[in-house]
Amino acid sequence: MPRALAPLLLGGVIALILHLVVQPAVGGFGSNLILFAGINIILAVSLTVVNGFTGQFSIGHAGFMALGGYTAAALMYYGSFKIYGNANFHGGALSWTGRVGGFSGPWMGSGDLLFVIACLAGGIVAAAAGWIVGLPSLRLRGDYLAIVTLGFGEIARVILQGTDAQLRRSQLDAIRSASPLQLMNKLGGALGFIGIPPYTTVFWVYVWVAIMLIVAIRLKRSSYGRALLSIREDEIAAQAVGINNTRYKVRAFVLSSFFAGVAGALYSLQIGSINAGELGFQRSFEILIMVVLGGLGSVTGAALAAIILTALPEVLRFVDQYRMIVYSLLLIVMMIVRPQGLFGVREVWDLMRRRRRQVTGGDA
Amino acid sequence: MTLLIQTLTDGIAVGALYALIALGYTLVYGILQFINFAHSDVFTLGAWLSFAIAAALGLSASAGQSPPWYLGLAVLLAAMVGCGIVGFIIERLAYRPLRQAPRLNVLISAIGVSLLLQNIGQLPHAFGPYPRAMPALLPDRVIFTIVGVQFRLVDMVVLATALFLMVGIQWLVFHTKVGTAMRAVSFNHQTAALMGINVSAIISMTFVLGSMLAAAAGFLYAMKYAQLKQTADSVWVLLGLKAFVAAVVGGIGNIRGAMLGGITIGLIEFFGVAYLSDKYRDVYVFSLLIIVLLVRPSGILGNATVEKV
Repeated sequence: MPRALAPLLLGGVIALILHLVVQPAVGGFGSNLILFAGINIILAVSLTVVNGFTGQFSIGHAGFMALGGYTAAALMYYGSFKIYGNANFHGGALSWTGRVGGFSGPWMGSGDLLFVIACLAGGIVAAAAGWIVGLPSLRLRGDYLAIVTLGFGEIARVILQGTDAQLRRSQLDAIRSASPLQLMNKLGGALGFIGIPPYTTVFWVYVWVAIMLIVAIRLKRSSYGRALLSIREDEIAAQAVGINNTRYKVRAFVLSSFFAGVAGALYSLQIGSINAGELGFQRSFEILIMVVLGGLGSVTGAALAAIILTALPEVLRFVDQYRMIVYSLLLIVMMIVRPQGLFGVREVWDLMRRRRRQVTGGDA
Repeated sequence: MTLLIQTLTDGIAVGALYALIALGYTLVYGILQFINFAHSDVFTLGAWLSFAIAAALGLSASAGQSPPWYLGLAVLLAAMVGCGIVGFIIERLAYRPLRQAPRLNVLISAIGVSLLLQNIGQLPHAFGPYPRAMPALLPDRVIFTIVGVQFRLVDMVVLATALFLMVGIQWLVFHTKVGTAMRAVSFNHQTAALMGINVSAIISMTFVLGSMLAAAAGFLYAMKYAQLKQTADSVWVLLGLKAFVAAVVGGIGNIRGAMLGGITIGLIEFFGVAYLSDKYRDVYVFSLLIIVLLVRPSGILGNATVEKV
């Protein structure tokens, strides 16, 4: 852990700078873009752990996102009612989404603790679902996982949309007397879950981005990550050198689901509402395209692709209708022309190092 | 009793449709060992093509009168030919260049094709983003009634057509020269090529065949349910997925298994809806998939294969 501490602190500082300096400078539209880019980075990099490192094919990532999002939303909304008696904002300056300078409280409030717990809970619920989904399907060859995860994503959506109506402020007594299990079935159904107090800010998103990137990069360099890469290259050979394929695959999948859940939690607590209808397979495919474009196995590549694909639709708003057509053609052409993606397994700094070597002409 | 027979007939009718789609999955898997992700979208295309052709023939949902029977047959055949051509093009452009590539790449390419078909179909100059009603091609007539259950003409025709096609494909694969070649290719590409079989042609042929079956299933679905959702709607994706589950449950790569799996899935779905709860109709099917993957991954009729190094 000590070795991860320095990058983590650096990530925290960058998150603070983004929150306090960059965000006020770029305005509401720009800061929203920064926020969504961050959430997409978490989603794309977490999917890279499964699709890129391990070579398994998951296309139900939005389903895990939805699970995490709903868990966090319910915890935050009903939790606020149970604790404070209302769903207002009770956080500190770091979670304040409104006008900068318009808030004169402490850095952290009591609501922030609930927020952090909600994010973790969203991740844990998604991870548990990932374990249940992964265990039967990861014993088999890759393509089964694709079907099972796609089916899982759709089922999660159907179940979430089949829940009962959400309890509102006027039903405070009912909320107070209801057990957590009863509240779990009151998630708004097809109308979605609304009125969640927003806590997610650029700061929190980029703290999680930092954690995700550190986990992914350190995983890739560890013997554990090399085991995952070896499973990707050849399952039989990996087994022959003593790697328990299923166990490694399931762990990678659970890790990936955890971060997808966290990203979902950040997402729902930023928008203030969540609707499972918007988190269908189209969303899963968007995340998948980021991973494929960035390079299967490249953490920085996936992060870069996530940033580009978040900004691109904003730039190309006038051809929005054709966006998915362009994406799908991109997938096919990419697989034929450059199947390893833009970066392959290399990271951004690998490319820089190689270039420098070419310039100096040395053998270093 | 009424409920039991009603559920049984509904389950078998829808199961036969699943079986038709599952056949396409299984044929391609048997030969190329990969899941043709775009197959469910070819099925969707089949339904929408039937609608477009029927509309072009001047039939409309509100006319109330049903056209002569041969028009329905013409629509079916035209949709099958259209989808067959699309299947051929897909194989040529998106899968053939990747014949030697790792399976993951082919899978990603297949997902690309699937997305492409969904989103092109949604464009306003194609089928448009709104649901449409399929015109009735058959008179709405009850043929006979058993213990209060009405057997409608549409259901009977759907079932009969599906069964006819299944018998046809069974005959084609097991009793013709082309079928023998297909089975040879599915055993081993190289050996089949040495025996003088044109492997590429057989693979193209398999795709065309699978796509035609999917188109027929799409046509029959449109006849039975009349309401067509837009091409990217999750209803279609779920239908395709359930058909794939049918192929896996029966034993993927096994033609009789696909038929058995289709009927099984249809029955489980409808019995679950009738006797448990209609809220979770898709959950039953996917629970079955998970159980099969845990207990017997090769499916009911499939043989367990050992991968050789």
